[in-house]
Amino acid sequence: MPSLGADMEAGTMVEQLVAAGDTVRRGDVIAAVETQKGVIEIEVFENGILAEWLVHPGDTVPVGTPLAVIHDAGGQETPDLPEPSEPEPAPREAPQPVDPGTEPATPEDQPPADPAPAPVQPEIPQTPGVEIPPPDTQRRRITPAARRLAVRSGLDINSIPCQEEKVITRADVIAAATGPPPSRDKTANQMRDAIAAAMSRAKREIPHYYLTHEVDLTATDAFLKDQNADRPPELRLLPGAVYARAIAAALGKYPEFNGHYSQNRLHPRKDVHIGFAIHLRSGGLVAPALFDVSNLCLDEVMEALRDLVARVRVGRYRARELSEATITLSSLGDRGVDQLSPIIYPPQVAIIGIGTPRLRPALYDGRIAPRLMTSVTLAADHRASDGHRGARLLRRIEKLLQEPEKL
Amino acid sequence: MNPQEAETVLTSALNRIAPEIDLSQIDRSADLRDECDIDSMDFLNLVTAVSKETGAEIPEADYRKLHSFDAFTLYLATHAG
Repeated sequence: MPSLGADMEAGTMVEQLVAAGDTVRRGDVIAAVETQKGVIEIEVFENGILAEWLVHPGDTVPVGTPLAVIHDAGGQETPDLPEPSEPEPAPREAPQPVDPGTEPATPEDQPPADPAPAPVQPEIPQTPGVEIPPPDTQRRRITPAARRLAVRSGLDINSIPCQEEKVITRADVIAAATGPPPSRDKTANQMRDAIAAAMSRAKREIPHYYLTHEVDLTATDAFLKDQNADRPPELRLLPGAVYARAIAAALGKYPEFNGHYSQNRLHPRKDVHIGFAIHLRSGGLVAPALFDVSNLCLDEVMEALRDLVARVRVGRYRARELSEATITLSSLGDRGVDQLSPIIYPPQVAIIGIGTPRLRPALYDGRIAPRLMTSVTLAADHRASDGHRGARLLRRIEKLLQEPEKL
Repeated sequence: MNPQEAETVLTSALNRIAPEIDLSQIDRSADLRDECDIDSMDFLNLVTAVSKETGAEIPEADYRKLHSFDAFTLYLATHAG
């Protein structure tokens, strides 16, 4: 076990890249050991045949312990390798043979490009020759050989299954590379990854504030029942279309809730493209846009919504539908729960969540009466708007829902 | 329409809307939308498909009569020509 620094007392064998009986040549990497500094490759310094491993994967041994016996090509045993007390003397400034994974950035496992500005790193005075451990402690530990194989195989290192706390070895990479073929699960995983990326960014960057208001949907419900009574199924309306129209109509006076936030400022949009959150039967959800809702009548919105849901169900929606929404509507439908606190979909600046309407005792016209009530929640970006205006937006939506025939 | 035909129509429409649900495994007397995890848009599409197939009008006011697979089948058997 070579010494890789004055502070190193022991190392753990994590991987052997050659088997007993294999021919080795000077410069070959024959093993990887884990130290406090990361996973380090062990090179051999002469030609010969590796006769026997003396330390096995998982074993932790003190610096200086022989790792293997190597015979020279003629069959004579050579001194134990690597030479215990003579690690290649290198000046401290020389590049250390550390795993590239412990360096700040390697191309193969950088996170997907994120337009967000990089978090500001605390300024640490850089002294030449002094190693400053990278702040990233979540990086997967992987042997260099496994990393190279993963890169060659086009595998994302983070996707390689490996027990927690364990170093990823070539065997793990090979298992991952030859694992079951991509399937529906892969699509579901990509969906999960996409949601994770967008929602993490939202929670990281957007200072959300939330406003909730109880809204009486009795009038909307009566209007829909009345409209649908005479309609064949293919022309019937759903509450979602009414909500979308009410939101679009209300946004006219509240442009700070409709648009995108980028380059440190709000870019309000004139058109209202409502992202409609649709859950997928295979897991996950998408919120593709219903375009130009403020200029459509209720029937047109419903038609667009039907078309959108039908296409989402078979996975055929357009790129523009996924990037152009200016605000999102998340309605829990008629079988959900009372209320939701939705998360803004960046770069949008607001999302409106509508709970499942429920008959509740409410005061109406000075008397207690059963009314169909729901809670409407606005989550908005405090960089773009304030709660006072958000409250007025919700009130406006409430008012419009009392007169759905005008939508 | 006899109950057998009604069941065939409903089964094929449900298979299109909820392809991952094994209809032989559901409780046919239990709430259909719960059993097949059908939201209001899926349900509207189901009603639309079945109505087109059978000629039954299925007004919204009758939705409560379609609460289970069995009830839906019975409804179609009695309302479709």
